[in-house]
Amino acid sequence: MSIDLKTIKHISKLSRISVDEKKAEKLAGDLNSIFDFIEKLNELKTDNVEPLTSVAETTLKLRSDEVKSKNLRDQVIKNSPKENEDYFVVPKVIE
Amino acid sequence: MSDITKQSLSELVENIKGKKLSSSEVTKAFVERSEKSKELNSYITEDYTNALNKAKKFDEKPNLDLKLPGIPMAVKDLFCTRDLRTTAGSKILNNFVPTYESTVTQNIWNEGAILMGKLNCDEFAMGSSNETSFFGNVQNPIDKNLVPGGSSGGSSSAVAAQLTPITIGTDTGGSIRQPASFTGIVGLKPTYGSCSRYGIVAFASSLDQAGPMAQNVKDCALLQEVISTYDEKDSTSIDFKRNEYSKELTKDIKGKKIGIPKEYRVDGMPKEIEDLWKKGIEYAKDCGAEIIDISLPHTNYALPTYYIVAPAEASSNLARYDGVKYGFRAEGENLIDMYEKTRSEGFGAEVQRRIMIGTYVLSSGYYDAYYLKAQKVRKLIKNDFDDAYKKVDAILTPSTPSSAFKIGEKTNDPVSMYLNDIFTVPVNLAGLPGISIPAGHDAKGYPLGLQIIGKAFDEQNILNIAYAMEEKINFKNNITDWWIK
Repeated sequence: MSIDLKTIKHISKLSRISVDEKKAEKLAGDLNSIFDFIEKLNELKTDNVEPLTSVAETTLKLRSDEVKSKNLRDQVIKNSPKENEDYFVVPKVIE
Repeated sequence: MSDITKQSLSELVENIKGKKLSSSEVTKAFVERSEKSKELNSYITEDYTNALNKAKKFDEKPNLDLKLPGIPMAVKDLFCTRDLRTTAGSKILNNFVPTYESTVTQNIWNEGAILMGKLNCDEFAMGSSNETSFFGNVQNPIDKNLVPGGSSGGSSSAVAAQLTPITIGTDTGGSIRQPASFTGIVGLKPTYGSCSRYGIVAFASSLDQAGPMAQNVKDCALLQEVISTYDEKDSTSIDFKRNEYSKELTKDIKGKKIGIPKEYRVDGMPKEIEDLWKKGIEYAKDCGAEIIDISLPHTNYALPTYYIVAPAEASSNLARYDGVKYGFRAEGENLIDMYEKTRSEGFGAEVQRRIMIGTYVLSSGYYDAYYLKAQKVRKLIKNDFDDAYKKVDAILTPSTPSSAFKIGEKTNDPVSMYLNDIFTVPVNLAGLPGISIPAGHDAKGYPLGLQIIGKAFDEQNILNIAYAMEEKINFKNNITDWWIK
């Protein structure tokens, strides 16, 4: 398998990480060597194996639906790079 | 007492409880040594003034019934600490000051310990050498040209160099045990679900666990008993009966069955590691354990599985860093441009690589071939351990396939860097506890570790085996304080 530059551009778009040509080429090289290594899994037949989604063999606990923490507005907004009163500020999205 | 920083955690606790030392004396000693040790770059953020004030306050009204009375401690910078910057080793969190505390660190402060600062680590815990940190690499106190391991590299160097009596790290694929092995200290990765993940910056949520890194097994057991609690704020926290690990610690491991997995004899393994393993087997026999050959047939598939599962979970977890709610923001022409520039400038190369791998294996058309396949192989790996534990109580392996390598030696070859975790990754995939103890030196005098893997929730058993073997091994770390001018 080979990951080409077009695929790298596609993944970078999905990942919301901008890449220029130089970075894309480096990433293609790195990802190809990593995927060569990952391909080893194809040696194994796994048709009848149940996928493992959690090692903890417990079911999620139920709890009552109560508000336990409130009035956290200031804390929530405290670390934002840009805010206006109670809102996070982002570049304009609608014309 | 001039040699305060040479004392183990257990000795310090005893001396403070016996009123032979005050918290202020102990804290001052570790702060002074940390200040003289800046060259190691173990710390990202120092909090010495607050630490000294807290120590003074403790001494005014000491509660000597606590488990860590007035003990100063620096912690890995992956744990959120209220009002103290938490960076995860990343530029993207460079200015992040949490408004809440992680459960694990809260448990530690509840027992009387005092925060001294935040320790360096690979960016978002992604790395095996601490070289991916935005805040620079860390030096191994064994030798200035060596990496301290990773991702908990600031933690391992700080404990080995005695800048903190003990610390906590996190381990997703070996990030406690490998650096412990590289610096000649003890590191425990607990069972998945043993320690709460609440307030720990997330990397791969089905694998991440916090655990102690210590000078000896007894200290390690004491801290484990403090940090391991059931926590309703973490939906994967497990409500099981936890031991008082340090009180129940025993060297009597007579008749314990210890498995030796033949698949861990990997191609190209240095003879020194093979010899260390053989010596370890002899030590275990000397302690009265019974040695049994076992097979973990899917061992070779663990790393490829890990490099699908961990990046997939990371790509999802790290989607939250968008420059809107907290952290670094790069300006952009529009919203999407802002996201893309923020993430491109805010994340380092290794983190970007892993997000891209994760995004790819989860993307439409590839999910079944990669992610689902990896989850199935993960099941086979766990089955291997389940089968082995029908015959044995614990498993003994080397911790790493080599001793610490040189700074810069593996940075250009991601796959060779990943191979470092070949003996530790299967333990995370199966959710089991594993402990690394220092067990010898290679020809260059660098430390080597042995790993003891236990059954789920059987921390006490592997701590006991480690405790018994530690006495037989009688390891001495060769640290010369070369960095103190």
